[in-house]
Amino acid sequence: MRDLRKQKLWIVLSIVLGAAVAVGLVLVAFNEGLNVFFTPTEIAEGKVRPNQNIRIGGMVKTGSLVREGLEGTRIEFLTTDYNVDIPVVYDGVLPDLFREGQGVVAEGFVDEGGVFQARQIMAKHDENYMSAEVKAALDAAEQKKAEGVAP
Amino acid sequence: MWQWLYKLGSPRYFYDMTTVFLPWLRGVTYFLLIVGLVWGLGFAPPDYQMKDNYRIIYIHVPTALGAMWVYAMMAAMAAMHMIWNLKLADMVAKSCAWVGASYCAVGLVTGSFWGKPTWGVYWIWDAKLTAMLILFFIYIGVIALRSAFDSETSGSKAASVLTLVGVVNLPIIYYAAQWWNTLHQPPSDLGGSATGANPPEIWIPVFFTGFGLIGLVFLLVILRTRNEILWRERRAQWVQDLVQGEPRRA
Repeated sequence: MRDLRKQKLWIVLSIVLGAAVAVGLVLVAFNEGLNVFFTPTEIAEGKVRPNQNIRIGGMVKTGSLVREGLEGTRIEFLTTDYNVDIPVVYDGVLPDLFREGQGVVAEGFVDEGGVFQARQIMAKHDENYMSAEVKAALDAAEQKKAEGVAP
Repeated sequence: MWQWLYKLGSPRYFYDMTTVFLPWLRGVTYFLLIVGLVWGLGFAPPDYQMKDNYRIIYIHVPTALGAMWVYAMMAAMAAMHMIWNLKLADMVAKSCAWVGASYCAVGLVTGSFWGKPTWGVYWIWDAKLTAMLILFFIYIGVIALRSAFDSETSGSKAASVLTLVGVVNLPIIYYAAQWWNTLHQPPSDLGGSATGANPPEIWIPVFFTGFGLIGLVFLLVILRTRNEILWRERRAQWVQDLVQGEPRRA
């Protein structure tokens, strides 16, 4: 009786381990294919063909955002991973969280000139939640520190 | 200790125990849920960038985590059923499937309601969201597979095996945002970082709704399991007595 249970325990363990190994190998084989976007560095390394439909992900570089036109729906900005900057052009509706210094994921393609023509812009936010007061206090402290260092 | 476990494994003992235990569980669960929801939705401070939108975490995070947690419980029950042939474990596993699938659905739907105003899209096929959708399909698969058999024993054996295979999905969901580029952010660090992120006034209500929703898992699983016990033991004398209204417990 005891042996039978031991045997069944091994069956259970081998089901779980077998599934883990099989799925693990599949995931390793997919590797970068599972990434939902390319980083600017990967695009600069030529991992993407021109006009290929992709997503690019990075930060909106501070000071790079330019709004054009009367309505201001056409925008240009640089997306950066703090290594390489890729210019992005977009005309359309932006999510509320889109701004400079914020994470962004854009869908579109890189044209021959190396500019990313975006069809859709998504905002990526981090896992840190803060109340407005705390954020204001932090920003004030940061500014004070920056002013203290400057002279 | 083993004897106690064997006793707990008897459906009749489980039924009697939970009859005593249920009102308490119900009270604690409702209390935690009401406090957590009122506090989280009404009094916690708004986030600096998402304003009030972020409040959906008070439901989204506990249900999404709960769906994974219920799956782990269901898998443990499936293993116990396979190794020790415990009938009660199988009944609990069967009840877990429905509750887990519901939590998974709520997690997915609230997530897409959150995604639209913050990310700009309801859905994206990134690793984390896709793995969560697969978890939902596995739940549905386990339920469907079990009911596809005429014989109860064959159905529960097949469902147990599929449940164990699906365990591999759990770490993938949890670590997806760390292993790959995703639009979904990684899990929050509640360790109280020095930067002042994730302060207690934002996170304490999550613990209330979180434990409340875990209480709700137990409540729903126990209620479903009690139904299952009555159904499977319907020919046993004690169930007959119970149904006929013979006062077994004052």
